[in-house]
Amino acid sequence: MDATLGMAKTTETAGAPLIQSEINHATPVRARDVVVHYGTKQALFGVSIDIPERSVTAFIGPSGCGKSTFLRCINRMNDTIVGCKVTGKIELEGADIYDPSLDVVELRARVGMVFQKPNPFPKSIYDNVAYGPKIHGLAQSKSALDEIVHSSLRKAGLWNEVKDRLNEPGTGLSGGQQQRLCIARAIAVGPEVILMDEPCSALDPIATAIVEELIDELRENYTIVIVTHSMQQAARVSQKTAFFHLGKLIEEGKTEDIFTNPKHKQTQDYITGRIG
Amino acid sequence: MPATLNEHIVTSYEDELIDLNKSISEMGGMVEQAITEGAMALLKLDHVQAQNVRTFDAQIDQMQQRINDSVVSIIARRQPMAADLRMVVTAIQVANDLERTGDMAKQLAKRTLQLENLGLAPKFYNGVKHMKDLVSRQLQAALDAYLTRDSKAAVEVCNHDDEIDAIYNSLFRELLTYMMEDPRNITQCTHLLFCAKSLERVGDHATNIAEAAYYLETGRHLGADEQQRAPR
Ligand SMILES: Nc1ncnc2c1ncn2[C@@H]1O[C@H](COP(=O)(O)OP(=O)(O)OP(=O)(O)O)[C@@H](O)[C@H]1O
Ligand SMILES: [Mg+2]
Repeated sequence: MDATLGMAKTTETAGAPLIQSEINHATPVRARDVVVHYGTKQALFGVSIDIPERSVTAFIGPSGCGKSTFLRCINRMNDTIVGCKVTGKIELEGADIYDPSLDVVELRARVGMVFQKPNPFPKSIYDNVAYGPKIHGLAQSKSALDEIVHSSLRKAGLWNEVKDRLNEPGTGLSGGQQQRLCIARAIAVGPEVILMDEPCSALDPIATAIVEELIDELRENYTIVIVTHSMQQAARVSQKTAFFHLGKLIEEGKTEDIFTNPKHKQTQDYITGRIG
Repeated sequence: MPATLNEHIVTSYEDELIDLNKSISEMGGMVEQAITEGAMALLKLDHVQAQNVRTFDAQIDQMQQRINDSVVSIIARRQPMAADLRMVVTAIQVANDLERTGDMAKQLAKRTLQLENLGLAPKFYNGVKHMKDLVSRQLQAALDAYLTRDSKAAVEVCNHDDEIDAIYNSLFRELLTYMMEDPRNITQCTHLLFCAKSLERVGDHATNIAEAAYYLETGRHLGADEQQRAPR
């Protein structure tokens, strides 16, 4: 094994030029020394990480360690939180996403998000998926829009279950179906990166298995970051795992290494269920 | 449990892992005893002791079953991770090596029963006895390394494996000489040669246990960390 992969990387100094990742993938998302405050409370303390392309990266760590906070930095969802201040640098395909001239709406199309609780709009299944492409002007005609909706539902593995009821409300679907509808909605605008914050925590084991299977298929075409409290889920779906503790990135590495042989005691304590 | 790890939040889980470690320790003790008694039976041609070793083997097999059952149950209910995962996986491996070692003790006992009426010269036994002592030491050291999570001691055990092979080879030549000296020695010496082979296998199992101990503590395979091993 390449020794550099298993080891936690140390934080670089702020503003230093980004280094080429040691990981043998392109890394569309690169974060350096990201610090987040909510008012006077500091939630992240200099997080630096590269997210590899077309693979699943899992963020794990105890409640309140800043996983969601960091995830939200990647598509600037924190902008919507009053008093939240983000410093440091995050690049998407080499461009600084906190550049003031950047179009945030466009950023969120490129970096989609799926939340813990499925949150379909109170609209039809069709409209849930069609909404994004419409506002981004991705379809020039009704048939082009139909095509986007159909293919997104197919990619989300939902097509067979909803093809005969596209005009029924999305909120009438089961929890697992709603979550896949939200994934279809994220896919519809053609993102490069999909962020998922505990996407299965409200789902039963069968619906969870279906969503995990879907995540595994989606990584062929998308870069996925998933926050999860289930160690087993992180071990099953991700190729890279990052462990956060008290606002710091403690350790990152190949998922199999993190779960069989973590380097840091804090990681070990957390994933084995020990008192840290 | 090693001192470096904190306790589990779920104490019953902690207890299960401690019990598993104890079971390995207990099984290890049983197998060490079986090898010692099997060899003693052989060296003294003690029929009764040989029979005891043979029946004792069933208890060793049961112990392995128990260890496997508790590992399966821990995996199903606790989904162990990291050091815990390595512990349960190596427990299965070590229990397997111990069971096979127990079989070797049984082989020694069987040979004892076959050698009984042959009235052997003591000089034939010296090499076997020497080999048994070395093998027992290796087995004990490997088990200690496993139970105390001592990867350095585990590497030591692996580095000594060559000595057993060397003794086996010289014993092989020695017994061959006796056979050539007098063809009437052939039957007894062949039996002893098989015993030596059994002991040599015990040495291999000891090495396996030491490798498991190394993996348990470090999370790395000794084969991949070749620089740890003494140059040959
Ligand atoms: N909107 C907010 N306003 C103020 N503080 C916040 C806000 N959101 C999060 N925090 C604080 O920031 C820290 C990190 O929270 P965050 O939600 O990122 O943790 P998390 O790792 O996602 O936890 P969980 O696993 O419980 O979802 C916590 O101390 C939390 O209280
Ligand atoms: Mg969260």
